[in-house]
Amino acid sequence: MATKAQSRMTPLKLFSYGFVTFWLIIAAFPFFWTFWGSFKVQADFLSKADWMNALTGANTIEQTGGAFTGAGYHGAWVLEDFWFNFKNTGIVVFFTVLISLTFGTLGGYALARSGFRYAFWILMAALVFRAMPHMTLVSGYLLWFFEWNVWGILPTTIIVLVAINQPFTLWMLHSFFKNIPKDMDESAMVDGCTRFQAFRHVIVPVMWPGVITTGLFSFLLAYNDFTVAVMLLSEENETIIPAINSFMGTTQVEGKVMYAVAAVVSATAPLFVLILFFQRQIVSGLTAGAVKG
Amino acid sequence: MKHRTFFWFILPTLSAMILFIALPIVSVFVQSLFVEHEQVLLVSESCGPFGCSPTTTVDTEATAKLQAEQPLGRFNGLGTYINRSHLAFAEIGEAWANSDSLGDFWAQVYNLPFYSALTFTMAYTFIVTPLVLALGLAIAVGVNNLPRALKGVAIFISLLPFLVTPLVGSLILFWMVDSDGVIGATIQRIFNDPSLSLKASTALTWTMLMVYGVWHTLPFSFITFYAGLQTVPDDTMEAAQIDGATKWQRLIHVIVPHLMPLVSFVTLMLIMDNFRVFEPIVSFKAEAHAQSLSWIIYNDLRESGNPLYASAGATSLITIILAVILMSPVLVRTWRDFTRKSH
Repeated sequence: MATKAQSRMTPLKLFSYGFVTFWLIIAAFPFFWTFWGSFKVQADFLSKADWMNALTGANTIEQTGGAFTGAGYHGAWVLEDFWFNFKNTGIVVFFTVLISLTFGTLGGYALARSGFRYAFWILMAALVFRAMPHMTLVSGYLLWFFEWNVWGILPTTIIVLVAINQPFTLWMLHSFFKNIPKDMDESAMVDGCTRFQAFRHVIVPVMWPGVITTGLFSFLLAYNDFTVAVMLLSEENETIIPAINSFMGTTQVEGKVMYAVAAVVSATAPLFVLILFFQRQIVSGLTAGAVKG
Repeated sequence: MKHRTFFWFILPTLSAMILFIALPIVSVFVQSLFVEHEQVLLVSESCGPFGCSPTTTVDTEATAKLQAEQPLGRFNGLGTYINRSHLAFAEIGEAWANSDSLGDFWAQVYNLPFYSALTFTMAYTFIVTPLVLALGLAIAVGVNNLPRALKGVAIFISLLPFLVTPLVGSLILFWMVDSDGVIGATIQRIFNDPSLSLKASTALTWTMLMVYGVWHTLPFSFITFYAGLQTVPDDTMEAAQIDGATKWQRLIHVIVPHLMPLVSFVTLMLIMDNFRVFEPIVSFKAEAHAQSLSWIIYNDLRESGNPLYASAGATSLITIILAVILMSPVLVRTWRDFTRKSH
């Protein structure tokens, strides 16, 4: 119901449009620039002489004959075995999400249905744990993982990521289960189900929207993690994010910077697809904790 | 729910949190009380044609054995906490006594690694957080005024900087502000100074890191506020309009108070996340000018071949205490809400 007064162009409105446009350019431009530049040679991507080179690809044409080149991608994926890091990331992310959600669903359900005081204390403790900088936790693991000889392998990283992920998962799923009416599982228990049967047959069928939203954030945490992976994984088990970092450390040679650029674009692509398909769930998940208080 | 059932449901998640979050905090404390072994020295007489002289060699075998028997090192009490790389009480006292102005004192304190990292981490947290809150609200109001068709696109684009991996996001910006990159080279041309580099000065490095911080976290506050704006009651807005409130007055007196609960939630999340700032320092290679608490722990653990567990442990524990202090207002408030509800 827009009245004439509301749809009139005021200076304030004009300013707010301008501001939003400005933000959107700042938000999108770096991605566009890097994506476009990843198909050029280094002399174009990092061109001191003229930034227009990065758009037109003057040096790329000179060196390779075409305006676009896949040399960076070939270098990263074939020569530097980047697919291998992708495979490791796939394993880590899959198991982290799976285990996080299993643990979190059970725990979140229990916390939502228990009115006892200790349930509150567990949530409080989870909030404090959520605030711990990951690097401080890693410094607590390192010595022991070396001593027990479990350093450097994927399962260790997976279980650590699951644990770091738990506080957030618990809070999300706790507030989600609170919104499922108590009557549903309680009437099942009146009919003779045990608590677990009621959970299994009544709650599990209706919990998927909340679990999928929470799962998206577990995915992002595991996929984006650098701190844990860089300290706890040996070189042959590296996931993509530490691998990109070691590209930067060892490949300051001419040409190899483009490997890192290609790797960065490859690592961002899955996130792009994720936002494309799950935008609504991500937005509702971001605000779930906030709007309900 | 019965205590017994509750216990079995909560067991997996609770044991994961106790084993991998609570115990490491204890372990960090224990590690910080010990310090690395000294090398075992062998003094032997070596006799040559010109007489005998004592020589000292490192007994690597005995050192390794000692290391294997007591991996924590030797007990050092709270010594690590007060040494030069951490709280450095002695150095601060000396600086206080020797400096003639407050600025001079501060310059000396800032040279101590822990205080330099603390300063950057705090400055980053308390500059980025308010900026993100204010700009996020402005964008949320702006997007809310957009035609319906454009809102979805605006949200899609805005999510990109937030969901991108921090290390990758900061690398993308790093290549642009590099002295050969599009922004870096343009700035050099504008100021006509080919040696100007964003990486060369402390002030510019801090600015660069904070700009990245705002870019990365702005979408979070924007989206939360945007969701909050959908719940502003139309009646109140209309009443304010009839009473003659301008757009600006409605924003300040109706919308902002309505969003206040969201502001405290967003502030809490932002403080938690900004306080652990780490990846951009690695990506921007900014450690010469800006180190955060997380970064100095990383640096201690990275000491090639010989991680400084004690030093990392002490810094970690101080960091953990600071994190708890930072979020204590929220904890106290949640506790009050809870007791009010239950009575």
